[in-house]
Amino acid sequence: MDTKHKSMRAPLAKVRGLGSAKEGVGHFWHQRLTAIALVPLTIWFVISVIALAGADLGAWHHWISRPGNTTLMIILIGMVFYHGVLGLQVVVEDYVHGEAAKMTSLILIKFAALLLAVFSAVAVLRVAFAGG
Amino acid sequence: MAARTRPLSPHLQVYRLPLVAVMSITHRITGVGLAIGTILLAAWLGAGAYSPDAYTGMSAFLGSWIGYVLLFLWSVALYYHLCNGIRHLFWDIGKGFVLADAHRANAIVLAATVVLTVVTWVVALAR
Repeated sequence: MDTKHKSMRAPLAKVRGLGSAKEGVGHFWHQRLTAIALVPLTIWFVISVIALAGADLGAWHHWISRPGNTTLMIILIGMVFYHGVLGLQVVVEDYVHGEAAKMTSLILIKFAALLLAVFSAVAVLRVAFAGG
Repeated sequence: MAARTRPLSPHLQVYRLPLVAVMSITHRITGVGLAIGTILLAAWLGAGAYSPDAYTGMSAFLGSWIGYVLLFLWSVALYYHLCNGIRHLFWDIGKGFVLADAHRANAIVLAATVVLTVVTWVVALAR
């Protein structure tokens, strides 16, 4: 251990959940995990959207209802909105400097993302279980 | 003010940003754009699940010229953010920081974005 800078704190206490946001590397790590998951999910989603272009409602319901598509859509929705919140959070923290405006923006972003994510997931599940 | 002999850090308004820096801020801009675009994703899913009329309206909107412009911008932003995001993942594991590698990655990301966008629209419009 470095003896020139004496500290009463154990090394573990320094790295556990610290940093200005008191969450350690959690934000960084979750942003990367969701990014990795979104690479194949994005490719799958774009191919699906092209295949669905101009589809009538029946074909759309049929597509959403297939178990693999339902599953991947739910995962995609979770990953997209979580990744988006983490990304927008960094942008707000970098460019919005007033503490009140920053907190307000962060809270609004999180609530809006939760609302859109749950709305999207429920829509997918409704089609899957009730046929739309 | 007395003459300053110390070097000043580059000021954004007089400093010509290198391509890597332009691509970095573009990553953020496309990210914010894609986040806003999730509203359209939610609207698409909600319309399909709850309202045949809304679904018909949505299809008509996306099939109009303004819908095509939005979808085109969405596809460019998505592919750019995807390709440049993969480059960021390489940076995260410590690879690609040498200037020559960064320049090569710039070219790869931009070329891949163009190729993926063109292929997507050729396939989509050919259907």
